[in-house]
Amino acid sequence: MRLVVILVAVAFVALLVLLPVIAVFTEALRKGFALYVASITEHDALSAVKLTLETAAISVAANLVFGIAASWAIAKFEFPGKSILISLIDLPFAVSPVISGLVFVLLFGAQGIFGRWLLDRNIQIVFAEPGVILATIFVTFPFIARELIPLMQEQGVEEEEAAVLLGASAWQTFRRVTLPNIRWALLYGVVLCNARAMGEFGAVSVVSGHIRGRTNTLPLHVEILYNEYNFSAAFAVASLLTLLAVVTLIVKTLLEWKTRRGHSTPVEDVYAD
Amino acid sequence: MIRLRQHSAVPGFGLTLGYTLTYLSLIVLIPLAALVVKGTAQPWAHFADAAFDARTLAAWRLTFATALVASLVNAVFGLIVSWALARYEFPGRRLLDALIDLPFALPTAVSGIALTAIYSQNGWAGRLLEPIGIKAAFTPLGIVIALTFIGLPFIVRSVQPAIEDLDPAIEEAATLLGATRWQAFWRVILPALQPALVAGFVTAFARSLGEYGSVIFISGNMPMKTEIASLLIVQRLEEFDYPGAAAIALLMLVSSFVLLFAVNVGQWWAARRRFGRVA
Repeated sequence: MRLVVILVAVAFVALLVLLPVIAVFTEALRKGFALYVASITEHDALSAVKLTLETAAISVAANLVFGIAASWAIAKFEFPGKSILISLIDLPFAVSPVISGLVFVLLFGAQGIFGRWLLDRNIQIVFAEPGVILATIFVTFPFIARELIPLMQEQGVEEEEAAVLLGASAWQTFRRVTLPNIRWALLYGVVLCNARAMGEFGAVSVVSGHIRGRTNTLPLHVEILYNEYNFSAAFAVASLLTLLAVVTLIVKTLLEWKTRRGHSTPVEDVYAD
Repeated sequence: MIRLRQHSAVPGFGLTLGYTLTYLSLIVLIPLAALVVKGTAQPWAHFADAAFDARTLAAWRLTFATALVASLVNAVFGLIVSWALARYEFPGRRLLDALIDLPFALPTAVSGIALTAIYSQNGWAGRLLEPIGIKAAFTPLGIVIALTFIGLPFIVRSVQPAIEDLDPAIEEAATLLGATRWQAFWRVILPALQPALVAGFVTAFARSLGEYGSVIFISGNMPMKTEIASLLIVQRLEEFDYPGAAAIALLMLVSSFVLLFAVNVGQWWAARRRFGRVA
């Protein structure tokens, strides 16, 4: 019985999960290594890499500041409406990726609420980089806050109070008392946030307009290549993202081990696409 | 002045709360409000038309049906996988555990094209299935496979900790009282796992409803046949039918919220029944 369960489990996971990963690399290298390298160093691919990196950097930075601010406010003070605030912060998790992109088109698109206003001032948000960045920020919004809030709540406020009473300024308190306590959770949140920001597809697809060389992130570039039947190139670019996913999983596992967390954070929320 | 908080020695309340609320409103609340505004600004007839016409209904049916089947498959196999991971030691167990998280870490576009490559006619699995008459790619079956792929981690990561938390004393008691292995599992263990299983199932289901990237490559996207609801939203957008897209999106959003809310309430209620009033 034991053997049957193990075999079924292994077979199921191997067939369902492992196979696609292997497929990415086999398909990517199908036409040879030279073509593989050419696909990922080609001009539009490099633009996609650049946009992906920029978007991820900005999204992570923005959500990092937010995450720290929100968890500071929630963990160190008492005020009414705290649980509502926490639920609101979790909101983007419950929103489908396509809808996450749609809301920004409805807000800033040509027929959107601010459409006319933006048109008059010649500002492009949707179908341009700002839209891509906004949609990514929306989708990765909760990650860092979610990691920090429970931890900081658990850590309480005594150490900070002691620091302040001993004469530390706000910044000193944060930098020398709080930060060391939360650094692994912070890093963990940053890793998850970054992984999601780089891999986001649905939301960015809706908002970007798919303009080659300008508004394509790596996942979008994969889609374009695939739709042009340029399969090997599509998989070549996809292999970059797959490597990123593998690295993320490794770093995540290391960080979990570092903080002895076990399964406390569902990575299931990382890629809700 | 309303005393909103106890006077605290720690600085930064105003600044952090203010920034939090502003950022939250700008990034999350206002865009979501735009959806509600645009969705409800149209006359009800338009809304109903966009949300319930033949093509949309077909998309709803397909989306719900495939999500349901995929989540059920995951419930069964996810339970088996969780059990193997939580209870048994075997070579490769660590690797298996890490693999579970892969569908999360992999960008959906990548899983989408990879699954299509495998299950299309010339793919590794397609080559085996096609001769026996099972067409996977470009059919609802393909959609189910893709949704099973992305839903598996939800179930496993929900059930696995629950299995680890099971009190061995209860299982031992069951066996001592004469239960067979199967009876012990069916009547003692499974009911104990039920909250985690249900929570995982509903989360996987809610996710599958809104899934886009992994599905659109393998599904073929034929209107009325293999077009999922989220793709239909994108279609409407490309036709510049903003109100139509907003109508469908609003319905999808509301059903996700209702589902997740229902599961939270269900868990709370089940816990109350089991443990009595806590507060």
